[in-house]
Amino acid sequence: MTNSALTEEAILARPAAQGSRVPRGLRPWLTPKIVLGGGIVLVLVIMGVLAPAISPFDPNRQNLLGAMQAPQWLAGAHFLGTDHVGRDILSRIFYGARISLVIAITVVVISGIVGVGLGAISGYFAGKIDFAIQKLVEVVWAFPPLLLAIAIMAFFGQGLGILIFALVIQRWIPYCRVARGQALSLRSRDFVHAARSLGARNARIVMKHILPNLMQAATVIGTFAMATAIIAEASLSFLGLGVPPSIPTWGGMLADGRAYISTSWWLALFPGLCIFFTVLGINLLGDGMRDIFDPRLKRSGQGMG
Amino acid sequence: MFTYITRRVTGTIPVIILISLLVFMLVQSAPGDPADLLLSDEATEQDVAEARARWGLDQPVWVQYWKFFTAAIQGDLGTSFRYADPVLSMILDRLPATIELSAFSILIAVVFGVPLGVWAGARPNSWADNFGSLFGFFGISMPNFWFGIMLILLLSGVLNLLPSSGRDTYGIASDPITGFYLLDSILHRNWKALWDGLAHIIMPAIALGTNMMGILMRVTRSSVLEVMHEDYITTARAKGVNERNVLWRHAVRNAMIPIITVVGLELGTLLSGSIIVETVFSWPGSGQLLISAITARDYPLITGTVLTYTMIFVVINLVIDVLYAVIDPRIRFDK
Repeated sequence: MTNSALTEEAILARPAAQGSRVPRGLRPWLTPKIVLGGGIVLVLVIMGVLAPAISPFDPNRQNLLGAMQAPQWLAGAHFLGTDHVGRDILSRIFYGARISLVIAITVVVISGIVGVGLGAISGYFAGKIDFAIQKLVEVVWAFPPLLLAIAIMAFFGQGLGILIFALVIQRWIPYCRVARGQALSLRSRDFVHAARSLGARNARIVMKHILPNLMQAATVIGTFAMATAIIAEASLSFLGLGVPPSIPTWGGMLADGRAYISTSWWLALFPGLCIFFTVLGINLLGDGMRDIFDPRLKRSGQGMG
Repeated sequence: MFTYITRRVTGTIPVIILISLLVFMLVQSAPGDPADLLLSDEATEQDVAEARARWGLDQPVWVQYWKFFTAAIQGDLGTSFRYADPVLSMILDRLPATIELSAFSILIAVVFGVPLGVWAGARPNSWADNFGSLFGFFGISMPNFWFGIMLILLLSGVLNLLPSSGRDTYGIASDPITGFYLLDSILHRNWKALWDGLAHIIMPAIALGTNMMGILMRVTRSSVLEVMHEDYITTARAKGVNERNVLWRHAVRNAMIPIITVVGLELGTLLSGSIIVETVFSWPGSGQLLISAITARDYPLITGTVLTYTMIFVVINLVIDVLYAVIDPRIRFDK
């Protein structure tokens, strides 16, 4: 019985093992969600990185005589058509991928450092520091997501730096919550006591023993935070509250295209599709990673606009 | 119970004070002199000096904050410099439209998201589950403003089925009773106006509700999936309850708490999403008011709207917390 089950397993496993050259360690990662999501993200990264090389036109070159040309399969010489001032939509989409990625990654990294840092400090030291940090969390979290970012952009005006600040301001909190919780439980674990009894300073314990234990959770939260950052950046750009209009963004393209929706649908269709697939890809990737890392992390990274 | 509610309400007071402080600091640290920001471009230097004295801008910052705070808690959020109306009444006039849109979006999200989640969760790993899950991912990932534009393109532009903007057709609405058009037209038995109102609200509500629908679908699915392994489900089956009743009477009812939690958690996202969706559909709500205030640099109106939205969000969270305590006694006695 056992024997036949084993053989069956072996038979079932063999073709896959022979067919693929995937290293053993990578195999659990090859779930449909991760492959599909990762594939989408990879295409996007390639688009963004290679934007200057693969763009057929200068994304900002206007050509009023060639404005609102339909996509190539309908008419004209531009693959995805041109916008209301004759700029090539495909090129703008490539550059838009670039700026979306740069902003989202910067926001996620800064949020992660701030959030995990403050969370680890909050949980590890507890007491007054913890109280102060948690009050800050409570207040910033009391604002509806995106509203605080809208308000900041409204008062400070367009700009890359201020946009990143506006997107970080609430996005560090999910990291902080998880980091604090884990640090609270880790601080009384044996390996931390052991380190302390050996004379390690607080800073060393936090860096060497607390932070490394937070990395998996932070990765999953970061992935979802990246999806919300891309949507939020696009929303703000759509409202005219993002980066200056000279930089091509998907949200800004949508805002331009909205006015011409009844005549030139391609202005709004393509940048929106890009936002949608990017966010879909990142969400799939995040969900796939969460399935692998830790089922307990469910719900912790979602619901941030 | 009473102690819990009291503790929860008093715990909110410092948060409200800190929120007002944060918003005040935001206005303070904005580039430019507030007097310049608050006055029109034509103001002379004397006007500016007078305004500074009148608004107390020549006084220490903490005095200014105290004035701002005491006025705000008494409902005085200043005067819009574009319309010269009190900010609070402008916002309150627009609020019913926002609440109506949000409520209708939640309705759509629940009516489609929950059954789809139950359907998928009851058949794990079937094609129905895979389809449902993919649909859920689509919903979560959909940028609501783009979805809105695409709905306009398809349903207003190509098919010419629905109006692309506004809340009603001019002259069709009845006299306001509640300010909620759908409710008003039912109260007036004005079915034409009700139909008109529905035709206007359906697209923005779908655009706004899709994210929540996706999240609800996914949460319902995993919640039902989890509950189906419980002993009481086995017991119900052993009693001979048919599978449909096992699912809807025993499983779904117990899966409801996480579902309600998610509706509560997502209300904030919905609230900020409505700002953008209202802009797309020219829906005359307070979110559209905020965006037009930003375009017009109407700073008192911006500050007032941000404060009002945040207060609404704080109150919603408070109510939800109290509701949990009512549903689940364990929360009341915690801590």
